[in-house]
Amino acid sequence: MSDTFDLGKMIFGRLSLEAIPYHDPIIVATFAMVAIGGVALLVAVTRAKLWGYLWTEWFTSIDHKRIGVMYMILGIVMMLRGFADAIMMRIQQAIAFGDSMGYLPPDHYDQIFTAHGVIMIFFVAMPFVVGIMNYIVPLQIGARDVAFPFLNNFSFWMTASGAILVMMSLFVGEFAKSGWLAYPPLTGILQSPGVGVDYYIWALQIAGVGTLLSGVNFVVTIVKMRAPGMSMMKMPVFTWTALCTNVLIVAAFPVLTAVLAMLSMDRYLDTNFFTNDLGGNAMMYVNLIWIWGHPEVYILILPLFGVFSEIVATYSGKRLFGYSSMVYATVVITILSYLVWLHHFFTMGSGATVNSFFGITTMIISIPTGAKVFNWLFTMYRGRIKFDVPMLWTVGFMVTFVIGGMTGVLLAVPSADFVLHNSLFLIAHFHNVIIGGVVFGVFAAIAYWYPKVTGYKLDPFWGKMTFWFWIIGFYLAFMPLYVLGLMGVTRRMSHFDDPSLQIWFQIALVGAVLVGIGIICFLLQFYFSYRKRDQLRDETGDPWDGRTLEWSTTSPPPQYNFAFTPRVHDNDAWWQMKANGVKRPQDGFLPIHMPKNTAAGMVIAGISTVLGFTLIWHMWLPAALSLVALILATIVHTFNYDRDYHIPADEVARIETQASEVKA
Amino acid sequence: MSHPTATAATKNGDLEFFVRGDHHAPNGTLLGFWLYLMSDCLIFAALFATYGVLSQSFAGGPTGADLFDLPLVAINTAFLLLSSITYGFALLQMQQNKLQGTLLWLALTGVLGTAFLSVELYEFYHLIHQGAGPQRSAFLTAFFALVGTHGLHVTIGVIWLVTLLLQLSKHGLTLTNRRRVFCLSMFWHFLDVIWIGVFTFVYLMGSMS
Repeated sequence: MSDTFDLGKMIFGRLSLEAIPYHDPIIVATFAMVAIGGVALLVAVTRAKLWGYLWTEWFTSIDHKRIGVMYMILGIVMMLRGFADAIMMRIQQAIAFGDSMGYLPPDHYDQIFTAHGVIMIFFVAMPFVVGIMNYIVPLQIGARDVAFPFLNNFSFWMTASGAILVMMSLFVGEFAKSGWLAYPPLTGILQSPGVGVDYYIWALQIAGVGTLLSGVNFVVTIVKMRAPGMSMMKMPVFTWTALCTNVLIVAAFPVLTAVLAMLSMDRYLDTNFFTNDLGGNAMMYVNLIWIWGHPEVYILILPLFGVFSEIVATYSGKRLFGYSSMVYATVVITILSYLVWLHHFFTMGSGATVNSFFGITTMIISIPTGAKVFNWLFTMYRGRIKFDVPMLWTVGFMVTFVIGGMTGVLLAVPSADFVLHNSLFLIAHFHNVIIGGVVFGVFAAIAYWYPKVTGYKLDPFWGKMTFWFWIIGFYLAFMPLYVLGLMGVTRRMSHFDDPSLQIWFQIALVGAVLVGIGIICFLLQFYFSYRKRDQLRDETGDPWDGRTLEWSTTSPPPQYNFAFTPRVHDNDAWWQMKANGVKRPQDGFLPIHMPKNTAAGMVIAGISTVLGFTLIWHMWLPAALSLVALILATIVHTFNYDRDYHIPADEVARIETQASEVKA
Repeated sequence: MSHPTATAATKNGDLEFFVRGDHHAPNGTLLGFWLYLMSDCLIFAALFATYGVLSQSFAGGPTGADLFDLPLVAINTAFLLLSSITYGFALLQMQQNKLQGTLLWLALTGVLGTAFLSVELYEFYHLIHQGAGPQRSAFLTAFFALVGTHGLHVTIGVIWLVTLLLQLSKHGLTLTNRRRVFCLSMFWHFLDVIWIGVFTFVYLMGSMS
């Protein structure tokens, strides 16, 4: 710290023109593309006079359905970025052999693999999972919204705020070069003096607030707001998995918050949690971050297990096989996911006893998971299976996920892990379960619930194209990595000497290109389905002959979801209603109590973004100001007591009659 | 657990499938806030665990026995425990619909909370002044992080309390405000419980070593 008070330094911190990487042609080209695309989008929205609509109907909306859709859009946008990182790595590794150094300097390559991991987990998989839960859970339990609609909107904007910070790091400064979990001492201030790790920390901290609050929100929603008659053991399986996931969020994310706060203290205040000197202990970081990190992978996969359960039952035309065992399996996985974190670092040297304990708990997880797979298979057994797109993803998932699960059991053997640790075998394993489980599940969920959201189905041709390109691309891209991993190739390398390895990386590149085509098909699917929306339209609200309550209302559902709260007598509540010939009541409507839209979430999250940015760049004065602004904005929001209103009964009647007329 | 099949259910033609009256799900604010507190508890759990790992890493610097001023901490503990009692009295007043009494006891709670913070700040200042700041050793890092995080929570509690005093005098003991008073009450008692852990594991056990 200098003795003289330097105002410029207080305001601008480390930020200067030098921070803009204008000398790197790849980044400049990317920036140009993003800028042109962004400006085109802004112009288009302005010319269509959509700002008012977006503001009142979407950005400030506290409707769980709108927020769910915004999460999905965020996930799709960030998936494009994450995939761009992936294909850059694949190209680099396919060409950087012997004398060729490839096209990416190691410094840049390290940022790319870090950004890829961080984006795919925090800003693709998480928004997708939270988005699906947002849209579907209240509908499945017969509720009108979530327990805390404002917090829901705020959570979304905090997640978006974290995503914005990650994207900014591409053009202003740099991103971390330390891998997606940022182990110290590499991420300490001595080894990483730049802003990269700080971008990582603040993006995750801000998004983490959103995730935690949305976890609390959904636990309360599911516990308190189920329709009358829906006991815990009558909840749809997707809602069960959502409950378990949100319990895990509440139980795991605080640890991430704490450990990242400690890392930032080491970086900002020169403390000694994880330093090499003065008694710090870097291994503690590895423990703490995985105490969050392992539950995190179950946070991601559990809701998709729920999605597959819904889809299998619907497209087999049968009640789900083994409902109770499915629920117990989910709960057992939830608990066990907390007892396995150490398998991520068997090689750290905790000793044979500790390693054996964690190896065994890890292997035990395959039992409830296996039970689930058998339940799905038995549901299909003797069913009238319709191979629509969601079902294709489900079958693809079952095959792929079982392979990934088995390589996971291999890695759970500590002695085998000593050989395979940190190798491409591990990379292949977790992509095998995350792509085969989470990504396939998200695509299945989108295909399955899209007609509920928009009122028309997705074009199955493009859905099938997406599926086949993805699944073939996936196997081509990741099976070679198993081979390479067994041969001892470690992860995160930007250059290789042994030319005999090159062919495997070239095959993997072909696979990645096929996946890329799959993503293009996925995007085209939206465009072509929109064009053909009149042919694909579904007037019934129940295009797949569904079983759960979300199919009992119109598509898209009215903002209040249900004019009359359903009464539940069976696990497959809507199926039972259909069996009884029940129709939605057409008279006797009452006013409906609803929460009001508010801009507070966006404002507070916006200030958080500024706070994060100023802290990253050590801009102390603006940081202090935005902290004060953040506190004041929060307090001001609490002075707003006028948060709800009633939709008048005749308005409800009008909406409901309109919906029935469309049906007729 | 038995699950009637859909066909079996079909026979019950007289089941009601809709709530024809006004349906309101019960308010979940208190449960939600309690869940948030449990998540906060896990932040403290991580900090306690960290302190447990680092509590003997003095790096040649001062130990807890060298630094801790137990009588001072005892006074501070008394401030905080008393503030929980005064908060309880505020709740009793609220149950009797006495706004003035509620405000008075809440204000007293705030004063005790501020007293606690002042003593803690004095302690921190004193430690840093004698070269025992958080940068000195991993032990002191963990100490400042744990005690400081608790102090930060109390600070937020005091800010919240002042805000709530304003809102209570503006709107009175409405349903919303009562809920807020209950939430802050949980928060306040929660911080007390954490402090008992801090006092025991950090100060008492630290002074013994």
